[in-house]
Amino acid sequence: MNTASTPGMTHRLQLEEVRLRLQGRELLRLSAELTAGEILCVMGPSGSGKSSLLAFLAGFLAPAFEASGRVLLDGHDVLALPAEQRRIGLLFQDPLLFPHLSVGGNLRFALPAACPDKSARIEAALASVGLAGFTERDPATLSGGQKSRVALQRLLLSEPHAVLLDEPFSRLDTALRREVRALVFQTLQAAGLPSVLVTHDPEDAEAAGGRVVQL
Amino acid sequence: MLLRAAPWLVIGLLLAPVALGVGLTLLPAFGYLPVLGGDAFSLTPWRELLAMPGLGRSVLLSLLSGVLTPLLALAIVLMFLAGSSGTALERWLRRLVAPLLAVPHAAAAFGLAFLIAPAGLLSRLVSPTLTGWERPPDLLIVNDPWGLAMMLALIIKEVPFLLLMALAALPQCEPGPRVTLARSLGYRPAVAWLLCVLPALYPLLRLPVYAVIAYASATVDVAMILGPTLPATLSVSVLQLFSDPDLSLRFQAAAGAVLQLAVTALAMLLWRLLEVLAALAGRHWLAAGQRARGEAALRLVGRLGVALLLALAVGSLLALLLNSVAGFWRFPDALPGNWTLQTWSRALPEVLAPLGNTLLLGGAATLIAVTLCLAVLEAEGRQGKRLAPALWLLYLPLLVPQIAFLFGLIVATEFLRWTPDARLVLFAHLLFVLPYVFLSLSEAWRHLDPRWTQLATTLGASPWRRFWHIRLPLLLGPCLSAAAVGLAVSVGQYLATQLPGAGRVPTLTTEAVALAAGGNRGIIAVWALLQAALPMLGFALALLVPRLLWRHRLGMRSTA
Amino acid sequence: MLKRVTGLLLLALLATASRAQTPDPTDWDAVLAEARGQTVYFHAWAGDPQINAFIAWAGERLQAQHGVSLQHVKIGDTAESVARILAERMAGNSDRGSVDLLWVNGENFAALKANDLLYGPFAEALPNFPLVQADRFPEMREDFTIPVDGYESPWTRSRLVFYFDPDLLPEPPLSMAELLVWSQANPGLFTYPRPPDFLGSTFLKQALLELAAERDVLYQSVDPTQFDAVTAPLWAFLDALHPTLLRGGRSFPGNGGELRRMLGDGEIALAFSFSPAEASAGILAGELPPTVRSFVPRGGSIGNVSFLAIPFNAPARAGALVAANYLLSPEAQARAYSPEVMGSTTVLSMEALTPADRARFEAIDPGPATLPPQALGQPLREPHPSWMEALEQAWLARYGVR
Repeated sequence: MNTASTPGMTHRLQLEEVRLRLQGRELLRLSAELTAGEILCVMGPSGSGKSSLLAFLAGFLAPAFEASGRVLLDGHDVLALPAEQRRIGLLFQDPLLFPHLSVGGNLRFALPAACPDKSARIEAALASVGLAGFTERDPATLSGGQKSRVALQRLLLSEPHAVLLDEPFSRLDTALRREVRALVFQTLQAAGLPSVLVTHDPEDAEAAGGRVVQL
Repeated sequence: MLLRAAPWLVIGLLLAPVALGVGLTLLPAFGYLPVLGGDAFSLTPWRELLAMPGLGRSVLLSLLSGVLTPLLALAIVLMFLAGSSGTALERWLRRLVAPLLAVPHAAAAFGLAFLIAPAGLLSRLVSPTLTGWERPPDLLIVNDPWGLAMMLALIIKEVPFLLLMALAALPQCEPGPRVTLARSLGYRPAVAWLLCVLPALYPLLRLPVYAVIAYASATVDVAMILGPTLPATLSVSVLQLFSDPDLSLRFQAAAGAVLQLAVTALAMLLWRLLEVLAALAGRHWLAAGQRARGEAALRLVGRLGVALLLALAVGSLLALLLNSVAGFWRFPDALPGNWTLQTWSRALPEVLAPLGNTLLLGGAATLIAVTLCLAVLEAEGRQGKRLAPALWLLYLPLLVPQIAFLFGLIVATEFLRWTPDARLVLFAHLLFVLPYVFLSLSEAWRHLDPRWTQLATTLGASPWRRFWHIRLPLLLGPCLSAAAVGLAVSVGQYLATQLPGAGRVPTLTTEAVALAAGGNRGIIAVWALLQAALPMLGFALALLVPRLLWRHRLGMRSTA
Repeated sequence: MLKRVTGLLLLALLATASRAQTPDPTDWDAVLAEARGQTVYFHAWAGDPQINAFIAWAGERLQAQHGVSLQHVKIGDTAESVARILAERMAGNSDRGSVDLLWVNGENFAALKANDLLYGPFAEALPNFPLVQADRFPEMREDFTIPVDGYESPWTRSRLVFYFDPDLLPEPPLSMAELLVWSQANPGLFTYPRPPDFLGSTFLKQALLELAAERDVLYQSVDPTQFDAVTAPLWAFLDALHPTLLRGGRSFPGNGGELRRMLGDGEIALAFSFSPAEASAGILAGELPPTVRSFVPRGGSIGNVSFLAIPFNAPARAGALVAANYLLSPEAQARAYSPEVMGSTTVLSMEALTPADRARFEAIDPGPATLPPQALGQPLREPHPSWMEALEQAWLARYGVR
């Protein structure tokens, strides 16, 4: 799947009878269909398999787990693809900006190799979140909020067709959380990306406004 | 696809020579060596070996060294870590450890000999003012009958090694949170460390400790320089048998090599016993709930131990330096009466060829070793599972005494009609460099936060892109450190250079040992210093390059 | 007809075989021609940097004069090279040996010769061999009583010489008996290298030669039944001597170099060496105080000759022959004679040299602590090599474990 995602194009994520088992015990069973901009919220206690679900979707589920079911992204079977070809983005709890690359370098890493005007796109991405001129900065010198914004832009530049969010706001303080959350959800919806959000914070679920699954 | 085969390739590369070498040493040990007339298996070599005067003592010495050296070294390391975890002292020592590690065993032994001998630097510094000696005292310090001087030199070298291994493994034991938690329950810090962190740390240190046991029980170069002489340790006696012009003694020598193997195994067994006893004692201690007893002693001994070893190491280096520029140095002058650069200037033309060989061998062996290790680790990572049990075999060359298989290896290469040259020496070096490089690199590599790789994957990076652009740069520091360790190991190899190369590949170490036979202190000092300088340069580079590269990246400082 | 063909074939085979056994030392021009461009791996003990420097110099001269590249393979013990040649023999390597030329004598030579590991005979065919006047100096033809039979060519002489520090020892003892008396009165001022070090074993032989009731038995193969009786005086001597030694006989230095260092440091007052120029060389090198002097025991001391041998499977045989011959030349021998270079005693006989060559030697100052040849006197012959080994074993059995 090499089609670039352009704004306005919609994507569809279908989970059919996805089951995760650990040592014989069934952790979760889930079916869902997400269209563009929809956010599926998965909530549950620790150990319930939330993060493992994301790992399964992204393609790095630990061998100890057994998984079954089908996952279709825009009609294509994603499970048959290696992880790096699935076009599924991931936002972790920490922004995880690569420390050895500059801010611009982090963004450049996300761009596909064949992209023609990388520098322009990087600058545009930074400008769109109010960080114009930050291209050469050392990521370690950014504030928490700034890092989250860069991480988000990096995610978008890789042109995913769906996004996974692993408790991305839990490390932020309350005020920042609302701001970043709003930005993230807005951006995802504007880009038409179906998303799966894993969280234990009911406020996140509320703000997402989509279907909520309790494990 | 080649990557998937990498682990097995590497294991085969290491296992085959050792197995072959031991096998070809076992045969003569039981009488089978056709060219010397040994056509049938017999126990005569063993009978002759056991009739050797002083054999029992030699075995005892090797055993003693094999158990006492790691015991004291480990004790000092653990007590130091327990008492100074997280302090500035520990951070400062972290940086110092690598250069100390760089000095090859033989050079360190020479330095110590020049320091503590009756006519050595220490003695000269305190005479005649404090001691009234006008001539060197008649004291048996170097070559003492119980091998204490030898063990001291070994400890000076093994403490930095174990410290480095411990520091590499420590992060995954979460020392900070554990100690904090224990302290909140009333335990004093050092006690808390021993009770909460050590049980998690020790299994990760087990392999390095066993490598130390093997080396301490079977070392040849350090034993020759500082060890007892009447009788010598087992390994030296075996080497003497191998080198004896009376060719019929080869059978006895082979039997001796097999005996050395058994002694090393016995030392490891005794150590296992000690582990069990220590675990029992630890459990008692835990159950007793003593929170503060021993705290002060732990701290003191740990710090004192490290301080003493550091002082000895520095003193040894100083002794080497002074001797290398000394003219006639009368006793009890503290400093040489005449200074001369003649020793250096005479040595330098001789140095170029061995230096070149040492650099080439070390560079090549390290490069190959690092590449292979990266291949193995990357293959491991991609397959998602650890090849842990099989990789124990990787360490086989470190656990089997060199003397037990190198001679057999020579015979094998002769049969294969391989001419002795640099490639064979490179292969022999690789046998020892690879395990150390792997030991140094694997922990850091395996414990890189997996989220970095996962993140890169979700951003669409192919496996190779993830390797070159993410994993490798993030782990550049550990890679360079491992390379420096590899270089140091290669520089210090004596038997592994001399035997496969038939003496045609002179390196700094082979030259130093050859010249040591002449007793000229100045020459020995010059070569020992050269021997030590090269690995130190490697470690310096390993420290500096990441700093330079990441000077604008604050986030990389902690990993460097 | 068939017989003829077979005979011719055999002859042809033999002819090719003998050609493969080149070179023939008697045809020296052919040897020189074949040697040009060869690389000779010369395995020689490297414990003395002066000797190493001399070998390097000889290498340059050989390259310049004959186009032979001499590579000094530095070894700690000749036995290592013997081991290597053995391993090669074991593997059937008969033409690509790693040793072309070997500095050897004594036990090592005996082992090599007995196991048929040498190429030869060649020594007496070397152009420079007549200069040693082997008829006048039979020691050129025997190596520790083993007949050389041309399997090695002479290179340098060795002679057991004692040297001492007059500040600590004004009047040195001139015999073993006197040594004992002095050492008992002044304990801790003497020691000797630990057998089986070559020098240490030589000390034992020297003592035995002086103390034995009858010397002839020492020049024959050792008879185990007689051994204890013959060596009894030696052990009595050592039993009395050891407690008076440095370290009380609990530890001995490893070799002559350490012994020299001990004298330089003032740990001992009396030492010995196989090189008559050792003391001078030590003074010049700044290891010994300038007051050190040498002497030989009243009854004479052991002397021997060091040789150069060529292994059976040496690939550069012609080159090795040329190298051996060069090291026997007046030019090389004279240079080695100077204590600044090597301080070695020449194997050449002065009478056999041309006046010009003789002048080379006379122009060299042997050094302040070197005894002139007249003072050295005639050397005592080395006993049979089996005695060396027997003495070493017995010493180790008696004193090897403390």
